[in-house]
Amino acid sequence: MSGQGLAAAPAPDSLAAGYAGFVRRRFMLLGLLAVALLLALLADIATGPAQLSLGTVVSGLIDPASLPRPIQVILWNVRLPYAIMAVLVGASLGLSGAEMQTVLNNPLASPFTLGVSAAATLGASLVIVMGVGPLGLPQHIAVPIGAFAFAAGASVLVQAMARMRGTGVDTVVLFGIALVFALNAAVALLQFIADAETLQQIVFWGMGSLARATWPKIAVVAIVLALCLPFSMMGVWKMTALRAGEAQAESLGIDTARLRLVVMLRASLLAATAVAFVGTIGFVGLVGPHMARLLLGEDHRFFLPGAALAGALVLSLASIASKMLVPGLIIPVGIVTSLVGVPLFLALLFGKGRGQ
Amino acid sequence: MSTQQSTGLLLQGVTAGYRNRRVIEGFDLPALPPGTLLGLLGQNAAGKSTLLRGIAGLGRASGTIALDGVSLPALSAARRAALVGYLPQSLPSPSPLVAYEAVLSACRAVRGDLSHAQAEAAIARAFQNLGITHLALRRMSELSGGQRQMVGLAQVMVREPKLLLLDEPTSALDLRWQLSVVQAVRDAVRASGAIGIVAIHDINLAIRACDQVAVLAKGRLLAAGPPAQVVTPDVLAESFGVASRVEACSQGVPVVLVDRALSVV
Repeated sequence: MSGQGLAAAPAPDSLAAGYAGFVRRRFMLLGLLAVALLLALLADIATGPAQLSLGTVVSGLIDPASLPRPIQVILWNVRLPYAIMAVLVGASLGLSGAEMQTVLNNPLASPFTLGVSAAATLGASLVIVMGVGPLGLPQHIAVPIGAFAFAAGASVLVQAMARMRGTGVDTVVLFGIALVFALNAAVALLQFIADAETLQQIVFWGMGSLARATWPKIAVVAIVLALCLPFSMMGVWKMTALRAGEAQAESLGIDTARLRLVVMLRASLLAATAVAFVGTIGFVGLVGPHMARLLLGEDHRFFLPGAALAGALVLSLASIASKMLVPGLIIPVGIVTSLVGVPLFLALLFGKGRGQ
Repeated sequence: MSTQQSTGLLLQGVTAGYRNRRVIEGFDLPALPPGTLLGLLGQNAAGKSTLLRGIAGLGRASGTIALDGVSLPALSAARRAALVGYLPQSLPSPSPLVAYEAVLSACRAVRGDLSHAQAEAAIARAFQNLGITHLALRRMSELSGGQRQMVGLAQVMVREPKLLLLDEPTSALDLRWQLSVVQAVRDAVRASGAIGIVAIHDINLAIRACDQVAVLAKGRLLAAGPPAQVVTPDVLAESFGVASRVEACSQGVPVVLVDRALSVV
């Protein structure tokens, strides 16, 4: 229309072929992300105070009996739960953040900025301060339950706001940010009145850690992710259409208000489950989707799985770094996530900027 | 109902508006036969968008709205969206989506019945008919407002609806593209026997391109029929509040020349 040379214009019959090239490249990038994640996962399993070789890891995974008993225990009871939890939590937060950003049409939307993480911290802190959980449950079970209950409550609150008449999507994000401040204040108040030992526990929970991973907890996160992902993928055309414009999507017969509600509930469930077990790991849900967007664009057939893979990759790399930064010490992964994720994100951002 | 003709679009006693405010009341239009392009004229806030949204099922509307004998309000949202293509006045977002994907998702979200090859052919056709094939593989965020408006129109055309409702499809376009868009819409309507209603501000463009025009004023139909009969100084004075002349140009086409705004009564 403007200065576009006609030479660059593809002939109509080759248009589908031209687009097929896009699709091929995106499949390739998705494949590369998956391979990178697999490598990161293996490296994560191998890394630790007792350094295992990659060969040991692979043979130990295929045939546990081939390893000496102590190595077997390290591999299956310590390394593998941490590493798999990192992948599952990263994928859940990445997917959740991507869906929130699309339906709220806001690049700053994420489980972190909408108060889900902060609410989980408050729920966990309350249980820690009270000493015993509801119904006399042991604390390692009661804390995640408290965290989940509060995270889900915060999501419902944000939802109620979104459903109120006349409330725009931007107001929802602002409300989420206000909620974060309120929740953080409540946590600070709890920290202020807590005794030294309880305070330490609250602070440690808030840093986010994979050290709480056990197989039953992994199963819960995996099941929630496995239940949500197919529903996410069933809505990819609607979500892509929504990115082309809300009025445009409505004219296609898409009930955008209903889509927003359903997607937000699903994304909140994903995020609440993930943070309930590992604590505050905020950065992944915000940046995983942006990495996927930079690499794959916003066709949700690629964007959603890409965001899950990118989230999983970032957290997996963070898990490796958390074990390597200070020898013999595992730094809480929530601290490391930003340290690892920010350079990765900036590299993508600047790399993309040069390319244009 | 049974005495009415069963093909084409029938709008009778249509009332449209919001929860507590009726914008359009008692709108009756002579039945539009297939292949008709109707220009909808009227000043700002006359109710053009409200009427189009009402017919599309996106706003509140009551009365008889029937396409080829089928009452549109009785259909599910999905069935209605397959028959009716509505182009909103707002432009598509400048997202990182490739233009092709915006059109593909529109096609997929509504026309689940098309095979992969059929969808590809429909998309290629939509881009070609609008003359924007060269934009198809570019990101929406890199396109100008006018270019995005064209992509938005391609999103509607790709579905090959029986009823096209276009809310100011030329608002962001320069002269040449205004003409080619209107021509593309007219060709599509004639070729497929569909019906098009285009809300438009450029009266002279409407006179040249549309088979019929309807003029709205304050939520009511002021006049409807062939452009040469409908567009008169009296009608323009009442609907737009302007003093104007309608003169024949050197090619014999009526041209509206607006002299001044009339003082508001």
